[in-house]
Amino acid sequence: MYVIVAGGGKVGWNLARELIDKGEEVTLIEGDRRRYLVIEQELEHAVQYGDATELWVLERAGIQRADLVIAVTGDDEDNMLVCQVAKEKYLVDRIIARVNNPRNLQHFKLLGIQPAVSATDLILRLIEHEVPRYGLVHLLALEEERLEIIELEVQPGSPAAGQRVMDVDLPEGCLIISVLRGGDGFVPKADTVIEGGDEVLLVLDPGLEELITPQFTAPV
Amino acid sequence: MGSAVAKTALLAGHEVSVLDEDPLSHERLDAGLDGTWEDRGGRFTVGTALEIDALLEAGIENADAFLCATDGDNTNLVIAQIAARRFNVPRVIVRVMDPFRAAWYAEQGLETISPTAHAIDMFEKALDL
Repeated sequence: MYVIVAGGGKVGWNLARELIDKGEEVTLIEGDRRRYLVIEQELEHAVQYGDATELWVLERAGIQRADLVIAVTGDDEDNMLVCQVAKEKYLVDRIIARVNNPRNLQHFKLLGIQPAVSATDLILRLIEHEVPRYGLVHLLALEEERLEIIELEVQPGSPAAGQRVMDVDLPEGCLIISVLRGGDGFVPKADTVIEGGDEVLLVLDPGLEELITPQFTAPV
Repeated sequence: MGSAVAKTALLAGHEVSVLDEDPLSHERLDAGLDGTWEDRGGRFTVGTALEIDALLEAGIENADAFLCATDGDNTNLVIAQIAARRFNVPRVIVRVMDPFRAAWYAEQGLETISPTAHAIDMFEKALDL
Protein backbone atom coordinates (compact mmCIF):
# COMPACT_ATOMS: atom_id res chain seq x y z
CA MET A 1 0.00 0.00 0.00
CA TYR A 2 1.27 3.47 -0.85
CA VAL A 3 0.39 6.11 1.77
CA ILE A 4 0.89 9.89 1.62
CA VAL A 5 0.86 11.70 4.96
CA ALA A 6 0.46 15.49 4.86
CA GLY A 7 1.91 17.23 7.92
CA GLY A 8 5.03 16.22 9.84
CA GLY A 9 3.99 17.24 13.33
CA LYS A 10 3.88 14.76 16.21
CA VAL A 11 0.94 12.89 14.69
CA GLY A 12 2.27 12.80 11.14
CA TRP A 13 5.83 11.85 11.97
CA ASN A 14 4.83 9.04 14.33
CA LEU A 15 2.21 7.81 11.91
CA ALA A 16 4.75 7.70 9.08
CA ARG A 17 7.25 5.83 11.26
CA GLU A 18 4.65 3.24 12.35
CA LEU A 19 3.45 2.67 8.79
CA ILE A 20 7.01 2.25 7.53
CA ASP A 21 7.66 -0.27 10.33
CA LYS A 22 4.60 -2.19 9.16
CA GLY A 23 6.19 -2.41 5.73
CA GLU A 24 4.06 0.19 3.95
CA GLU A 25 5.49 2.61 1.41
CA VAL A 26 5.10 6.12 2.83
CA THR A 27 5.77 9.70 1.75
CA LEU A 28 5.46 12.34 4.45
CA ILE A 29 5.06 15.95 3.29
CA GLU A 30 6.21 18.73 5.63
CA GLY A 31 5.99 22.42 4.82
CA ASP A 32 8.33 23.85 7.45
CA ARG A 33 11.91 23.70 6.21
CA ARG A 34 13.57 23.31 9.62
CA ARG A 35 11.13 20.65 10.71
CA TYR A 36 11.63 18.87 7.39
CA LEU A 37 15.42 18.78 7.89
CA VAL A 38 14.99 17.25 11.35
CA ILE A 39 12.60 14.56 10.08
CA GLU A 40 14.78 13.89 7.05
CA GLN A 41 17.62 12.75 9.33
CA GLU A 42 15.45 9.81 10.31
CA LEU A 43 13.08 9.14 7.43
CA GLU A 44 15.46 10.13 4.61
CA HIS A 45 13.78 9.85 1.21
CA ALA A 46 10.39 9.07 2.79
CA VAL A 47 9.88 12.76 3.64
CA GLN A 48 9.48 15.57 1.12
CA TYR A 49 9.55 19.32 1.65
CA GLY A 50 6.60 21.37 0.44
CA ASP A 51 3.10 22.73 0.98
CA ALA A 52 0.83 19.71 0.68
CA THR A 53 -2.09 21.85 -0.47
CA GLU A 54 -0.22 22.67 -3.69
CA LEU A 55 -1.04 20.34 -6.55
CA TRP A 56 2.52 20.01 -7.86
CA VAL A 57 3.76 19.00 -4.41
CA LEU A 58 1.13 16.26 -4.24
CA GLU A 59 1.97 15.17 -7.78
CA ARG A 60 5.70 15.07 -7.01
CA ALA A 61 4.85 12.80 -4.09
CA GLY A 62 3.05 10.51 -6.55
CA ILE A 63 -0.54 11.11 -5.45
CA GLN A 64 -1.80 9.52 -8.68
CA ARG A 65 -0.79 6.09 -7.41
CA ALA A 66 -1.56 6.64 -3.70
CA ASP A 67 -3.91 4.16 -2.04
CA LEU A 68 -4.42 6.29 1.04
CA VAL A 69 -3.96 9.99 1.81
CA ILE A 70 -3.87 11.11 5.44
CA ALA A 71 -4.00 14.85 6.23
CA VAL A 72 -2.85 15.59 9.77
CA THR A 73 -1.49 19.15 9.69
CA GLY A 74 -2.36 21.54 12.51
CA ASP A 75 -4.59 23.51 10.15
CA ASP A 76 -8.13 22.31 9.47
CA GLU A 77 -8.53 24.16 6.18
CA ASP A 78 -5.34 22.55 4.88
CA ASN A 79 -6.52 19.11 5.94
CA MET A 80 -9.89 19.61 4.27
CA LEU A 81 -8.40 20.75 0.97
CA VAL A 82 -5.65 18.12 0.81
CA CYS A 83 -8.32 15.45 1.22
CA GLN A 84 -10.74 17.15 -1.15
CA VAL A 85 -8.27 17.26 -4.06
CA ALA A 86 -6.99 13.76 -3.21
CA LYS A 87 -10.51 12.38 -3.44
CA GLU A 88 -12.05 14.47 -6.21
CA LYS A 89 -9.11 15.37 -8.47
CA TYR A 90 -6.77 12.41 -8.06
CA LEU A 91 -9.49 9.85 -7.25
CA VAL A 92 -7.61 8.40 -4.28
CA ASP A 93 -9.65 5.53 -2.82
CA ARG A 94 -9.23 6.27 0.86
CA ILE A 95 -8.66 9.49 2.78
CA ILE A 96 -8.39 10.24 6.47
CA ALA A 97 -8.44 13.78 7.86
CA ARG A 98 -7.53 15.12 11.25
CA VAL A 99 -9.88 17.66 12.83
CA ASN A 100 -8.01 20.06 15.14
CA ASN A 101 -10.98 22.11 16.27
CA PRO A 102 -14.06 19.93 16.81
CA ARG A 103 -16.27 22.86 15.81
CA ASN A 104 -14.89 22.46 12.28
CA LEU A 105 -16.16 18.88 12.01
CA GLN A 106 -19.34 20.19 10.35
CA HIS A 107 -17.23 21.73 7.56
CA PHE A 108 -15.40 18.44 6.91
CA LYS A 109 -18.80 16.76 6.59
CA LEU A 110 -20.09 19.48 4.29
CA LEU A 111 -17.15 18.92 1.94
CA GLY A 112 -17.61 15.15 2.09
CA ILE A 113 -14.34 14.51 3.93
CA GLN A 114 -14.85 11.18 5.73
CA PRO A 115 -13.53 9.87 8.01
CA ALA A 116 -12.55 12.99 9.89
CA VAL A 117 -10.88 12.18 13.18
CA SER A 118 -10.99 14.57 16.10
CA ALA A 119 -8.83 13.75 19.12
CA THR A 120 -11.10 15.89 21.30
CA ASP A 121 -14.14 13.92 20.18
CA LEU A 122 -12.41 10.59 20.74
CA ILE A 123 -11.50 11.55 24.29
CA LEU A 124 -15.02 12.84 24.92
CA ARG A 125 -16.40 9.48 23.79
CA LEU A 126 -14.04 7.67 26.11
CA ILE A 127 -15.25 9.86 28.96
CA GLU A 128 -18.85 9.03 28.03
CA HIS A 129 -17.96 5.35 27.98
CA GLU A 130 -16.37 5.49 31.42
CA VAL A 131 -19.05 7.77 32.84
CA PRO A 132 -22.25 7.05 30.90
CA ARG A 133 -24.23 10.00 32.14
CA TYR A 134 -26.81 9.86 29.42
CA GLY A 135 -27.17 6.08 29.26
CA LEU A 136 -26.31 6.06 25.54
CA VAL A 137 -22.84 5.79 24.07
CA HIS A 138 -21.99 5.83 20.37
CA LEU A 139 -19.37 3.14 19.97
CA LEU A 140 -18.99 3.23 16.22
CA ALA A 141 -20.39 5.29 13.38
CA LEU A 142 -19.60 4.22 9.83
CA GLU A 143 -21.13 7.14 7.96
CA GLU A 144 -20.46 5.93 4.43
CA GLU A 145 -21.83 2.47 5.21
CA ARG A 146 -24.73 4.04 7.14
CA LEU A 147 -24.23 1.84 10.18
CA GLU A 148 -23.93 2.62 13.87
CA ILE A 149 -23.30 0.67 17.03
CA ILE A 150 -24.55 2.10 20.32
CA GLU A 151 -24.40 0.98 23.91
CA LEU A 152 -27.42 1.49 26.16
CA GLU A 153 -28.08 0.98 29.82
CA VAL A 154 -31.29 -0.96 30.51
CA GLN A 155 -33.01 0.93 33.31
CA PRO A 156 -35.04 -1.14 35.80
CA GLY A 157 -38.72 -0.55 35.10
CA SER A 158 -38.12 0.33 31.43
CA PRO A 159 -40.29 -1.40 28.78
CA ALA A 160 -37.43 -3.72 27.75
CA ALA A 161 -36.51 -4.86 31.27
CA GLY A 162 -37.85 -8.38 31.86
CA GLN A 163 -38.69 -8.88 28.17
CA ARG A 164 -37.31 -11.50 25.82
CA VAL A 165 -35.11 -10.02 23.08
CA MET A 166 -37.68 -11.02 20.44
CA ASP A 167 -40.43 -9.15 22.31
CA VAL A 168 -38.66 -5.82 22.77
CA ASP A 169 -40.51 -3.25 20.69
CA LEU A 170 -37.74 -2.03 18.37
CA PRO A 171 -38.05 -0.30 14.98
CA GLU A 172 -37.01 -1.93 11.70
CA GLY A 173 -33.30 -1.57 11.04
CA CYS A 174 -31.83 -2.38 14.42
CA LEU A 175 -30.69 -5.45 16.27
CA ILE A 176 -29.50 -6.27 19.79
CA ILE A 177 -26.10 -7.85 19.23
CA SER A 178 -24.68 -8.15 22.71
CA VAL A 179 -25.67 -8.03 26.36
CA LEU A 180 -23.26 -7.01 29.13
CA ARG A 181 -24.28 -8.34 32.53
CA GLY A 182 -22.17 -8.28 35.69
CA GLY A 183 -19.03 -7.53 33.72
CA ASP A 184 -19.56 -10.35 31.19
CA GLY A 185 -20.70 -9.92 27.64
CA PHE A 186 -22.63 -12.50 25.62
CA VAL A 187 -24.53 -12.67 22.35
CA PRO A 188 -28.22 -13.05 23.17
CA LYS A 189 -30.68 -15.44 21.53
CA ALA A 190 -34.22 -14.49 20.60
CA ASP A 191 -35.52 -15.86 23.92
CA THR A 192 -32.82 -14.31 26.15
CA VAL A 193 -34.47 -12.19 28.84
CA ILE A 194 -33.11 -8.65 29.18
CA GLU A 195 -32.75 -7.52 32.79
CA GLY A 196 -32.72 -4.11 34.37
CA GLY A 197 -29.10 -3.03 34.91
CA ASP A 198 -27.89 -4.83 31.78
CA GLU A 199 -26.05 -2.93 29.13
CA VAL A 200 -26.97 -3.78 25.56
CA LEU A 201 -25.15 -3.16 22.30
CA LEU A 202 -27.28 -2.47 19.25
CA VAL A 203 -26.39 -2.19 15.61
CA LEU A 204 -28.69 0.21 13.78
CA ASP A 205 -29.33 2.42 10.80
CA PRO A 206 -28.29 5.98 11.70
CA GLY A 207 -31.03 8.16 13.13
CA LEU A 208 -33.01 5.48 14.94
CA GLU A 209 -31.66 6.36 18.40
CA GLU A 210 -34.71 8.36 19.39
CA LEU A 211 -37.05 5.45 18.65
CA ILE A 212 -34.83 2.99 20.49
CA THR A 213 -33.91 4.76 23.73
CA PRO A 214 -37.48 4.93 25.17
CA GLN A 215 -37.56 1.10 25.29
CA PHE A 216 -34.62 1.09 27.69
CA THR A 217 -35.54 4.13 29.76
CA ALA A 218 -37.80 3.92 32.80
CA PRO A 219 -40.84 6.24 32.68
CA VAL A 220 -40.30 9.25 34.93
CA MET B 1 -8.26 43.82 -1.73
CA GLY B 2 -11.46 43.12 0.20
CA SER B 3 -11.71 46.60 1.68
CA ALA B 4 -11.25 48.30 -1.69
CA VAL B 5 -14.01 46.25 -3.31
CA ALA B 6 -16.23 46.73 -0.24
CA LYS B 7 -15.89 50.52 -0.46
CA THR B 8 -16.56 50.61 -4.18
CA ALA B 9 -19.63 48.43 -3.70
CA LEU B 10 -20.91 50.61 -0.86
CA LEU B 11 -20.41 53.83 -2.82
CA ALA B 12 -22.23 52.22 -5.76
CA GLY B 13 -25.26 51.91 -3.48
CA HIS B 14 -25.06 48.26 -2.40
CA GLU B 15 -25.60 46.99 1.12
CA VAL B 16 -22.16 45.78 2.26
CA SER B 17 -21.16 43.72 5.29
CA VAL B 18 -17.49 43.06 6.05
CA LEU B 19 -16.27 40.18 8.23
CA ASP B 20 -12.68 40.29 9.48
CA GLU B 21 -10.89 38.67 12.39
CA ASP B 22 -8.92 41.84 13.11
CA PRO B 23 -10.93 44.70 14.64
CA LEU B 24 -8.26 47.17 13.48
CA SER B 25 -8.95 46.39 9.82
CA HIS B 26 -11.99 48.62 10.28
CA GLU B 27 -9.69 51.64 9.94
CA ARG B 28 -8.94 50.69 6.36
CA LEU B 29 -12.66 50.84 5.61
CA ASP B 30 -12.97 54.35 7.08
CA ALA B 31 -9.97 55.71 5.17
CA GLY B 32 -10.92 58.04 2.35
CA LEU B 33 -14.64 58.09 3.18
CA ASP B 34 -16.62 61.09 4.38
CA GLY B 35 -17.59 59.91 7.84
CA THR B 36 -17.09 56.40 9.19
CA TRP B 37 -17.89 53.12 7.43
CA GLU B 38 -21.04 52.77 9.55
CA ASP B 39 -22.10 56.39 8.86
CA ARG B 40 -22.12 55.48 5.21
CA GLY B 41 -24.31 52.45 5.92
CA GLY B 42 -21.65 49.75 5.98
CA ARG B 43 -21.66 46.80 8.40
CA PHE B 44 -18.63 45.34 10.13
CA THR B 45 -18.37 42.10 12.12
CA VAL B 46 -15.31 40.81 13.96
CA GLY B 47 -14.84 37.06 13.60
CA THR B 48 -13.46 34.35 11.35
CA ALA B 49 -15.48 32.97 8.49
CA LEU B 50 -15.15 29.40 9.73
CA GLU B 51 -17.37 30.36 12.67
CA ILE B 52 -20.94 29.86 11.60
CA ASP B 53 -22.13 32.34 14.24
CA ALA B 54 -19.91 35.05 12.76
CA LEU B 55 -21.22 34.38 9.25
CA LEU B 56 -24.80 34.57 10.51
CA GLU B 57 -24.11 37.77 12.40
CA ALA B 58 -22.61 39.26 9.24
CA GLY B 59 -25.87 38.41 7.48
CA ILE B 60 -24.86 35.60 5.14
CA GLU B 61 -28.41 34.24 5.00
CA ASN B 62 -29.57 37.33 3.12
CA ALA B 63 -26.51 37.77 0.94
CA ASP B 64 -26.83 37.95 -2.84
CA ALA B 65 -23.07 37.70 -3.25
CA PHE B 66 -20.19 36.52 -1.07
CA LEU B 67 -16.57 37.49 -1.64
CA CYS B 68 -13.83 35.38 -0.10
CA ALA B 69 -10.76 37.59 -0.10
CA THR B 70 -8.73 36.74 3.01
CA ASP B 71 -4.98 36.41 2.56
CA GLY B 72 -5.16 32.61 2.74
CA ASP B 73 -6.10 30.51 -0.30
CA ASN B 74 -7.09 27.55 1.81
CA THR B 75 -9.34 29.57 4.09
CA ASN B 76 -10.95 31.20 1.06
CA LEU B 77 -11.60 27.89 -0.67
CA VAL B 78 -13.22 26.39 2.42
CA ILE B 79 -15.45 29.36 3.25
CA ALA B 80 -16.47 29.73 -0.39
CA GLN B 81 -17.78 26.18 -0.32
CA ILE B 82 -19.54 26.80 2.99
CA ALA B 83 -21.24 29.87 1.52
CA ALA B 84 -22.28 28.04 -1.63
CA ARG B 85 -23.27 24.65 -0.23
CA ARG B 86 -24.57 25.43 3.22
CA PHE B 87 -26.04 28.89 2.79
CA ASN B 88 -26.84 28.69 -0.93
CA VAL B 89 -25.50 32.18 -1.60
CA PRO B 90 -26.32 32.72 -5.28
CA ARG B 91 -22.94 34.23 -6.23
CA VAL B 92 -19.67 33.28 -4.54
CA ILE B 93 -16.37 34.72 -5.74
CA VAL B 94 -13.12 33.46 -4.28
CA ARG B 95 -9.56 34.76 -4.40
CA VAL B 96 -7.06 31.98 -5.03
CA MET B 97 -3.43 33.06 -5.45
CA ASP B 98 -2.29 29.62 -6.63
CA PRO B 99 -3.21 29.60 -10.35
CA PHE B 100 -3.32 25.80 -10.60
CA ARG B 101 -5.84 25.36 -7.84
CA ALA B 102 -7.78 28.38 -9.06
CA ALA B 103 -8.13 26.59 -12.38
CA TRP B 104 -9.15 23.26 -10.88
CA TYR B 105 -11.72 24.75 -8.49
CA ALA B 106 -13.11 26.83 -11.37
CA GLU B 107 -13.68 23.54 -13.23
CA GLN B 108 -15.58 22.33 -10.16
CA GLY B 109 -17.93 25.29 -10.45
CA LEU B 110 -16.42 27.90 -8.13
CA GLU B 111 -15.98 31.41 -9.47
CA THR B 112 -12.27 31.93 -8.79
CA ILE B 113 -10.08 34.98 -9.31
CA SER B 114 -6.34 34.42 -9.34
CA PRO B 115 -4.32 37.65 -9.01
CA THR B 116 -1.18 35.61 -9.69
CA ALA B 117 -2.54 34.32 -12.99
CA HIS B 118 -3.38 37.90 -14.00
CA ALA B 119 0.08 39.14 -13.01
CA ILE B 120 1.78 36.34 -14.96
CA ASP B 121 -0.36 37.23 -17.94
CA MET B 122 0.58 40.90 -17.72
CA PHE B 123 4.29 40.14 -17.37
CA GLU B 124 4.15 37.91 -20.39
CA LYS B 125 2.30 40.55 -22.40
CA ALA B 126 4.81 43.20 -21.31
CA LEU B 127 7.57 40.97 -22.60
CA ASP B 128 5.68 40.17 -25.80
CA LEU B 129 5.81 36.46 -25.01
